[in-house]
Amino acid sequence: MNYQVNEKGYYGEFGGAYIPEMMVPNIEELRRTYLEIIQSYDFRQEFIGLLKNYVGRPSPLYLARRLSEKYQSNIFLKREDLNHTGSHKINNTIGQILVAKKLGKQRIIAETGAGQHGLATATVCALMGLKCIVYMGAVDVERQAPNVKKMRMLGAEVIPALSGNQTLKDATNEAMRDWINNPVDTHYIIGSVVGPHPYPDMVARFQSVISEEIRWQLDEQTGRENPTRVIACVGGGSNAAGAFYHFLDQENVELIGVEAAGKGVDTAETAATLTLGTPGVLHSSRSILMQTNDGQITEPYSISAGLDYPGIGPLHANLFATKRAKYLWATDAEVLDAALELTQLEGIIPALESAHALAVLKKIQMKPEDVTIVNLSGRGDKDMETYLKHFEKAPPKPSPKGRA
Amino acid sequence: MNNRINKLFHEKKERILSVYFTAGYPNLEDTVPTIRELVKNGVDLIEIGMPFSDPVPDGPVIQHSSLIALQNGMSIRKLFEQLKDIRQTVDIPLILMGYINPVLQYGVEAFCRKCKEIGIDGLIIPDLPMDVYEEEFKAVFEANGLHNIFLITPQTSEERLRKIDAVSTGFIYMVSSNSTTGAKTSVSELQNEYFERVNSFGLKNPRLIGFGISNAETFANACEYASGAIIGSAFVKALEGSDPTDQKVSRFINSIATVS
Repeated sequence: MNYQVNEKGYYGEFGGAYIPEMMVPNIEELRRTYLEIIQSYDFRQEFIGLLKNYVGRPSPLYLARRLSEKYQSNIFLKREDLNHTGSHKINNTIGQILVAKKLGKQRIIAETGAGQHGLATATVCALMGLKCIVYMGAVDVERQAPNVKKMRMLGAEVIPALSGNQTLKDATNEAMRDWINNPVDTHYIIGSVVGPHPYPDMVARFQSVISEEIRWQLDEQTGRENPTRVIACVGGGSNAAGAFYHFLDQENVELIGVEAAGKGVDTAETAATLTLGTPGVLHSSRSILMQTNDGQITEPYSISAGLDYPGIGPLHANLFATKRAKYLWATDAEVLDAALELTQLEGIIPALESAHALAVLKKIQMKPEDVTIVNLSGRGDKDMETYLKHFEKAPPKPSPKGRA
Repeated sequence: MNNRINKLFHEKKERILSVYFTAGYPNLEDTVPTIRELVKNGVDLIEIGMPFSDPVPDGPVIQHSSLIALQNGMSIRKLFEQLKDIRQTVDIPLILMGYINPVLQYGVEAFCRKCKEIGIDGLIIPDLPMDVYEEEFKAVFEANGLHNIFLITPQTSEERLRKIDAVSTGFIYMVSSNSTTGAKTSVSELQNEYFERVNSFGLKNPRLIGFGISNAETFANACEYASGAIIGSAFVKALEGSDPTDQKVSRFINSIATVS
């Protein structure tokens, strides 16, 4: 089966470009030019060069020994947290800023949830000397304060989105409105594999460097290119898209996406879109959404600002519908436990988003000979306040001495 | 297809006043009284907004009215209930305007049948792209006598404009500037050049100008370049407050035009 986008911009029945006329010229321009641009020799040279010398790629593939011993299996971490700016988001913003330059755009806009994409966008704008405006839900501005400060230091204007639940969905609405009002000089750097075609495909291609590296790194370390399974968290789904990309056609590799269950999938405070959603159109693409019977989008909730989104990229909706990938969920409580576990076993503080992927290690069957890759999409610096607040209430036990 | 929209544009060539408002705003049961008052005050065409939680192309005024309407309990089902007897008293063209997702959840076919039953003449669904419309929606719209009204903007290429003209059957909604609704309250020289450019193409469909039409002056200017104009945000704003609906509507419409 082919899991890639087709000529019309669809993954199976999902995707497309449900855009108002005001967005047509910009989206058409991108659709017409993106493949030619990103496949050109000059672009590849510059993109690969920046990923290597600026971002610090390849990111390590690390066999987490104590974690592996605990779960009696082989667990590798793909260390996207070690990228410049602290997450996988920079892979995409480097790619898109080069596209924007090629298209002659002067002004960059972006939406952000956890602030990682906003930070990665502000960073590449500083690098290229372009004006940068980041829309961020007012609630997220509060809970991800360190990233807001960094974005401002980098010269970006951070505009709080005051509509709706004041989180990622609302920031995306505001960014799209900005683009409608600034149709000529502006490029919108969408941070995930969402939005109208060609964004989901373009972003997935930029993130696909993750699985490209996993294959040769795993081969180098174990003599096999294919792991037993790959696990990644999903909000919009860009780090998962990148981690799955080169394994999509390797049907013997199990792909597991992990959604944010918030306070539980049986509560209203959740962001587990595939678990609870139904097909519909949000942010210009047909996918699976959390919505009422009347087609109004419901407000999601997660402890993690980066997964707090009521939709999911059409690529994932199709992987879900075709059963190529499996989508599990983790609650806030499970995520906090998993974050602490990794911190104390491996000395790595993960982002709340990435801790969702770690949390399902407890929920799946792993054989001793299995090789499991967990995409550690980001680091936890931005989440220290949330972690500390939680651990004040439930203090962590001292780290176990010696071997786990 | 020949319905009230075609009849209107056949009989009236200039100064057509079309007004948008959000169903269920400011109060749930204001929908029908607002329509009646608009008719009484001589409006030619009414666009009834079906509120959506995430109306991306809308500015703050219509976002707010949509939010309040949803909080009031407005839905497509409720709207159809409110409108079921509307044709007993109202004869001017009625258009429903809203976003694709609530229509998809209602079911496109059931939605169109219900529109026909009530006597709706056309639909404006800004996030329904032309190619998807032609492939998946056109047949069922036409079978139910519904015109699909397309938008054009100053950035719409001539080639695309001609395609839209070919697919359109009622009129074309000429967006005055690339913006969200209610973002601008005036019309510039540049926009007039764009209106003239579009007029020079000899399109088969009449045009109404919308976005940025907020008072007598902008309405009069738009009418020089098209068959008429559409007022949305400015009217929705006028519906704020607790004055009786008939007063709010007549005060606003009288401020726009002594409708000819």
